[in-house]
Parts: sequence; C-alpha cells; structure tokens
Amino acid sequence: MVTQVLSLTRSGLADFVVQRATAFILTAYTLCVLGFFLSSDNLDHGALVAFFGTTTMQWFSTLAALSTVAHAWIGMWTIGTDYLRPAHVGGGATVIRFAYQAVCLLALFVYILWALSIIWQF
Amino acid sequence: MPHTQRVTLDRVTADGSSVWQGPPRLFGLNLETEVMKTDRPVNLNLFAMSWPIMAIASITHRITGVVLFVGVAFALYALDLAMSSPAGFAEAAALVREPFGMLVFFGLLLALVYHVVAGIKHLLLDFHHGDTLEGARMGAILTIVVTIVVTAVLGVMLW
Ligand code: HEM
Repeated sequence: MVTQVLSLTRSGLADFVVQRATAFILTAYTLCVLGFFLSSDNLDHGALVAFFGTTTMQWFSTLAALSTVAHAWIGMWTIGTDYLRPAHVGGGATVIRFAYQAVCLLALFVYILWALSIIWQF
Repeated sequence: MPHTQRVTLDRVTADGSSVWQGPPRLFGLNLETEVMKTDRPVNLNLFAMSWPIMAIASITHRITGVVLFVGVAFALYALDLAMSSPAGFAEAAALVREPFGMLVFFGLLLALVYHVVAGIKHLLLDFHHGDTLEGARMGAILTIVVTIVVTAVLGVMLW
C-alpha cells in the first residue's frame, strides 16, 4: 500500500469517510445559517451578534470551521494529485504539487484562525 | 500492448518447483521500485475526452469546490466586518450592494447550492442509489435544474 504522506489521514478510505462526515456537518450548518437569514427581516448588527453569539452557535460554528478545513484539505489534495502529476505538468510535478499544497495549507491555517477569532470574540 | 501484457517472473525448474526471477522481495513485497511500469496509459487527458452531461455535472462539482475554497475568504471578510460593530455592519451591507460585491455574493450562493446539491447526489451514489447509466444522466440533469431553481428562489428571498 502506498502511504500518502500529505493526505489528511494517510488512508484513502478514512479520507473518504471524513470528507462525507464533514459534508454532512457543513450541510446542517448551511441550512441553519440560511434559515436564520431567511427568517429574520430587518437584519442588523444586534440580531447577527445575538444569533452567532450564543454558546450553542459558537460551538456549532467552531465545528463547521474545523469541518471546512478538513473537507477542503482532502478536496484540494485530491484535485492536486489528479492534475499535478508528471504526465500533466512534467518532471517537476512533485515540487509543483508540494508548492500547491503548501499554499492550500497556509490558506486553511489563516482561515481557521480568522474564523475562530470571529466566533469567540464575545 | 506493453502495458496490458502479463509478465510472470517465476521460472519453472526441471523438478516442477518455481524459482523467483524478479526483484528481491521481503514477505512478498518488492524491494525495488524501479520495476514499476512506467508506460501505463494516461487516461486523464481532459482535452481529448468526450463530455457527456454527467461529466459536466461532475467537473462542475469540482470547480464549485475550488470556488468555495477561495470564497471562504470573502465570506469571512464580510462576516468579520458585519460582526465588528453597527458601523461595520452598514459597511458590509453596502459592499454587497456594489456590483463586485453582488457578483461575489451571487457567485458564491450559486457555487454553494450547486456543490451541496451535487454533494448530496454524490452521497446517494455512494450508497448505490441511481448509479446506472440512465440514473446518472437523470441525476446530472436534476442536479443542474434543482440548483438553478433553488439559487433563484434563495436569491430573491435573501435580497
Ligand atoms: C466551505 C465549504 C466547502 C468547500 C470549500 C468544499 C470544497 C470541496 C472540494 C475542493 C472538493 C473536492 C472536489 C473533487 O475532488 O472533485 C469537495 C468535494 C466534496 N464535497 Fe465539498 N466543499 C464544501 C462544502 C460541502 C458541503 C456543504 C457538502 C454537502 C453535501 C459537500 C460535499 C462534498 C462531497 C460529497 C465531496 C466529494 C466528491 C468526491 O469524492 O468526488 N461539500 N468539496
């Protein structure tokens, strides 16, 4: 078996399951937030803070943020290993893929810190 | 056809037993990686493939995934601004009404709805619902139709 050092769980099957579990969580979160936006007429700063500021919502947002990072990492990794291969981009494929993955990782790192600082500012 | 040819590395000796002739092995594992076939066919040439509607629906799921990955930055920016203060909220609300903000807003909404609808179809396929040729064609068409309808309805309601 080939161990993929940069895949999330180092196992294709586990990655597959994580991607689906996080998809499920993200769908629930999306419906929840969408429901809030649709049900509140006259949305203002106070209503927004009241909604996202409850402890339940803070933890749900944290779960969604972590899920996004795991889901997007697996997804972007899959895309990179599909297209950034020697057959497509030539002999430097490994270096190119490494650079690509480093950029993805950096973005996700910024995302999680940013999201957590928004969620837990109250 | 070099890549479909089956190569056997066992040599049968006179007494009927076989002797391993290939690269050194340990518990059945190859110790040399150079023997990996390098002339395997490349079947991911995107420009030489035909594109039935299922393929278009599938690549769109992938594209919307990347759009969302980038879009998270815009969503976080808007949310950060709107949550910071009443003045920030007004600023964010004004941003979404600018042409560029509107484009980002509706672009992300469309991408999100498509990605979720196609994602749910994906989960159904994982459990072998509708994974026949006709089912796949229907699924692809349904994904596109449902996305357009849901995005239009949401767009009107949210605006
Ligand atoms: C911020 C939110 C999201 C981002 C950034 C994102 C990003 C991605 C990316 C980049 C991929 C890889 C695409 C590919 O391999 O072709 C992917 C795959 C997937 N996404 Fe998402 N996604 C998000 C939310 C969701 C949601 C809410 C669902 C709910 C159904 C979902 C379901 C899926 C599924 C099932 C796959 C697997 C596709 C496959 O294995 O080919 N995603 N996502």
